[in-house]
Amino acid sequence: MLRFALRRLASLLPLLLLVSFGFFAMLRLGRGDPALDYLRLAQIPPTDAALALARAELGLDRSILAQYLAWLAEALRGNLGESWFTRRPVLEEIAHYLPATLQLAGTAMLVTIAVGVPLGLWAALNRDRWPDHLTRAISFLGVSLPNFWLGFLFVLVFAVTLGWLPAIGRDGPSSIILPALATATMSACVMLRLVRASVLGVLGEPHLRFARARGLPRRTLIGRHVMLNALLPPLTAIGLHLGELMGGAMVVESVFGWPGLGRYALTAIANRDYPVLQGFVLVMTTVFVLCNLVIDIAYAWLDPRIRLEGAA
Amino acid sequence: MKRFVIPAAAGLVALLLLAAALAPWIAPYDPTLTDLASRLQPPSAEHWLGTDHLGRDMLSRLLWGARASFGAVGMILVLVLVFGCAVGMVAGLAGGVVDAVLMRICDAFMTVPTLVLALFMIGALGTGIANVVVAIALSHWAWYARLVRGVTLSLRSRDHVAAARIAGLSRLAIARRHLLPALAGPLAVLASLDLGHWMLHVAGLSFLGLGLAPPAAEWGIMINDARPFFRSAPLLVLLPGAAILLTVLGCNLLGDALRDRLDPGMPDHLH
Repeated sequence: MLRFALRRLASLLPLLLLVSFGFFAMLRLGRGDPALDYLRLAQIPPTDAALALARAELGLDRSILAQYLAWLAEALRGNLGESWFTRRPVLEEIAHYLPATLQLAGTAMLVTIAVGVPLGLWAALNRDRWPDHLTRAISFLGVSLPNFWLGFLFVLVFAVTLGWLPAIGRDGPSSIILPALATATMSACVMLRLVRASVLGVLGEPHLRFARARGLPRRTLIGRHVMLNALLPPLTAIGLHLGELMGGAMVVESVFGWPGLGRYALTAIANRDYPVLQGFVLVMTTVFVLCNLVIDIAYAWLDPRIRLEGAA
Repeated sequence: MKRFVIPAAAGLVALLLLAAALAPWIAPYDPTLTDLASRLQPPSAEHWLGTDHLGRDMLSRLLWGARASFGAVGMILVLVLVFGCAVGMVAGLAGGVVDAVLMRICDAFMTVPTLVLALFMIGALGTGIANVVVAIALSHWAWYARLVRGVTLSLRSRDHVAAARIAGLSRLAIARRHLLPALAGPLAVLASLDLGHWMLHVAGLSFLGLGLAPPAAEWGIMINDARPFFRSAPLLVLLPGAAILLTVLGCNLLGDALRDRLDPGMPDHLH
C-alpha cells in the first residue's frame, strides 16, 4: 500500500516540475515586457535607467531556464516571491484567500455527492420509468446552466423574495448555502448520470443474479452488492469534478462577494502581476493534483485490484 | 420521447444559428445605441424585450450576443481541432521519443483545472475576446490530441493501412485518405459534447470582465452590466442567462443524440 502511494507520488513530481516550467515560460513569452509591468505597478516612471535596473533586479537578462531554476530554488524553500503590486509575499496572500475558495469548492463537492449519488441510484433502480426520465431531464438542464446566472436566480428567489438566506458575504454557516448550490449544480448532475450508468452496469452482472437467486432481501442486495461495487468508479471521478468545482467557485465567488481567490486572481490578471499569477496557478494545480492523489490512494486501499495492478 | 426532443433541439439550435448569422439585418436597433430617455423600460411594442439601463434595445443585444457566442465557440472549435489533430497525428505516426514528449506535454496540460488554466493564460496574454478564445482552446486541446493519437495508433496496425503503406503511399496521403475519415466520427462526438461547455466558459469569463469590452453585446457582459439593477429590473439579468441556457441546452441535446447515433459506448457528459 505504502509502495503504491510512493509510486504515484514519484510519478507526479516530474509532472508538476514540467507544469511549473510551462507556466514560467508562458508568462515570460507572453505579451509585453515584464520590466515595464513591474515599473508600472511600482509606480516608477519607465526611464531607460529604471528599465535596465528592473531587468537586472528581476534577472530578465538571463535565459529563461536560468530564471526558472532561480525561481524554483526559492519556491522549494516556500518562497514564491512578492506581489509587484502589494509588495507582500505571494504565498502569504494566497494562504489568506485560499481557505474561502477551498471551503466553497469542498462544500460544493459534498453537495455533489449528497445529491448525485441518491438520485443516480434512484434513477437506475427505476430504469425507463418516470424517476429515470425526470432525473435525465434535470441533469440535462443542470449541465446547461451557467453557474453564475444560477447564483443570481438563487439570490432573487431565496434572498430577495423569500428572505431566507443572505445574498452576499461570508459570515455564518447559512451564507455558504447559496454559493455552494450554484457551484455544485453542474457536477451533481454529471455525478447523477455516472452513478446511474455504474449501477446499471453492476445490476446486469452475474453475481447479482446469483445473490438474488439466493433470496437475499432487497435491502442487502442494494446496500452490499450494488452500492459497494457501483459507487467506487463514480466517486473517483470526483477528483476530476474538483477541478471544475475550483474553477466554478471562482466565478460564483464574484456573484456572492465571497472573499476567495477569484477576486485576487482577477486583480492579478488586470495588473499583470507576474509573481501572483505564477503563484496562483501553481497553488491551485498543486491542490488539485494532491486531492486526486489522495483519492487514488483511497481507491486503491478500497479496491485491491487497483493497487496490485502492475506492481509485481 | 426522443422523437420529439431531438427535432426540437435541432430546430432550436438552427434558429439560434440563424439569429446569430442574421443579427445585423434582423435586429431592430443598433445593439450599442444608447437612449437615456427610454432606459429600463419593460417590454413594449417598440422594444419587444424592453431596454437596459442605458436604453439599449434588449432584443437587439440578445441577437448580437448569439453572434458573439457562436463566433467565439466556432473559433475555439477550429483551434482545438487543428491543434489536437496536428499533435495527435504527429505523436501517433512518429511514435518513439516524439510521441513520448508530446504525450507528457498533454499530461501537463491535463493536470491543471481547465478554468484555472484559462484564467492564467488570460493573465499571461492579456484580456480580450481573442485571448479568451485562445485560453479556452489551450486548456482543452490535450483531450483531442489524446483521442486522435489513440485512433491513429489503432489504425496503423490495420491491414488496409499497412497495404496502403506497402503500396507506397506517402504518410501525408495515408493521413488524408485513411486517417481523417476514421477520425471524423469520434471527433464530432467529443466536440459536440464540448460545445456547450465552452459556451459556458466564454460566458463565465466575459461575466468576469475578461472577454469583450463592455459596450459590446455579449450575454456574459450583459449579465455583469445589469448587476446594479438586478433587484429593480431582474429581466436584464434573466434574459441573457436564459439565452445562454437555451443555447447550451440545445447543443448538449444534439451532442447527446449524435453520440447515441455514432458511438453508443461512450459515457455521457464527462467533463
